[in-house]
Amino acid sequence: MGTQNVPSPLEQIPSSIVQFAVADKLINIGRVNSLWPLTFGIACCAIEMMATGCARFDMSRFGAEVFRPSPRQADLMIVAGTVTKKMMPGIKVLYDQMPEPKWVMALGNCAISGGPFAFEGQYSIVLGADKFLPVDIYIPGCPPRPEALLEGILQLENKISGWNRWKDPEAKV
Amino acid sequence: MSLTILNVLAAVVAAIAFAALNAAYLVWAERRGAGRIQRRPGPNVNGPFGLLQPPCDGIKLMTKQLMIPGGADKALFMVAPVLTMIPAIASFVTIPFSNTIVAHSMNVGVLMVIGFASLGGMAILFAGWGSRNKYSVMASVRSVSQAISYEVPLFITALTVVLITGTLNLHEMASIQAGGFWNWNITPSLSSPLMPVSFLIFFICILAETNRAPFDLGEAESELVAGFHTEYGSMGFGLFFMAEYAHIVIGTSLITILFLGGWGCPFGLYPGVWWFLIKIYFLIFSFILIRWTFPRTTIYGLLNLSWKVLIPITLFNLLLTAGLLKVF
Repeated sequence: MGTQNVPSPLEQIPSSIVQFAVADKLINIGRVNSLWPLTFGIACCAIEMMATGCARFDMSRFGAEVFRPSPRQADLMIVAGTVTKKMMPGIKVLYDQMPEPKWVMALGNCAISGGPFAFEGQYSIVLGADKFLPVDIYIPGCPPRPEALLEGILQLENKISGWNRWKDPEAKV
Repeated sequence: MSLTILNVLAAVVAAIAFAALNAAYLVWAERRGAGRIQRRPGPNVNGPFGLLQPPCDGIKLMTKQLMIPGGADKALFMVAPVLTMIPAIASFVTIPFSNTIVAHSMNVGVLMVIGFASLGGMAILFAGWGSRNKYSVMASVRSVSQAISYEVPLFITALTVVLITGTLNLHEMASIQAGGFWNWNITPSLSSPLMPVSFLIFFICILAETNRAPFDLGEAESELVAGFHTEYGSMGFGLFFMAEYAHIVIGTSLITILFLGGWGCPFGLYPGVWWFLIKIYFLIFSFILIRWTFPRTTIYGLLNLSWKVLIPITLFNLLLTAGLLKVF
């Protein structure tokens, strides 16, 4: 599970005298517990995304099952599959239409780096969603298992709020 | 004088609190119910039984960026979510929850609730027109045409009940039905043999009025993005969502008062607010069950059902009831 540690532009701003630490924590907890994804799937990884919403895996347990059809109501963009050059402007428009705060998840090898399409002479595939979107979480796999998507959501929650939903079972106490 | 002002304030606060709490926790019930029907747990990690899910969603919606699309009609765009919430809360004024719990018992209660219900259609039209989005406009036109065509059988059925009880006052209407289920309006009697059919039609009309599945054509994702609230993010969308559930509570309360004897027990034991709540939550549960087990109809099927089936039956029922009331 890869996370990209790009320093946020906000971190360079010196913190003010007045702090709203408790409120900020509360707001972050609220945000991570209702990450509503945008309803769209580009390729076969979307099938795994649907499986994650269904009975066996069920991302609704974390409040993340409300797939919103309108980008105005979504918080999380799951780029699930191969991004073709024709599809890229559409995805960019969808990303621009989402209100802040918003996060992007690259699901599967195609969305990470082009995957099997990264060969010499290919002319139609964008090699990775991070060529045009600020990706927060990369989930490898071809396609990734639903468990991997769930772990990606948990990692994104950790990234947003620094709060872990469960204790790491392997960590030394 | 000050006492009356305090009373009004208490009623307003109670109505808003009841509507907001119901809206928040009916969303939770809906998501859990959907999970149960689809053989998955639903939101269950946040708090016991996932009970902290609605506050989390609320915090998220309130702290999201407020966006007004360029070219939208700002005034209409901002007014629409408020206007959809106002009738929902105002209708609580005349709903009698029990013999003693009623904010203001009006002589035109039925008319007032139904009039406010029609105001909701205007808010939907404002939302669609104001957000300058072709999908929103089409969805709002659909929703409003649906609301108008289902208001006609709704009014006629309510008129039938008014004929039988002889009053427009919701409080009196429920008092007349006190005693037991054989006194309720849903039970057929000599002068009103078709009341179960009326009840069914009223139920279907409330389902369509509140834009619930299988009649949620206004927000058919496959053709209309998210319906009339496509351009609404953050709390504007939240208000539309809350108003939908508040309308459901109002609609089920109306069904309970008109047909199911209001706060009366089926066997005449311990009448009180608890029976009213049991009845409306049972009806809301059936709404949730219907939403998650029926597929969406088409717009033609929907309008045909109203104009070709429901309206003739309700008109016939009205005439029959009026005639029989004259005879017996």
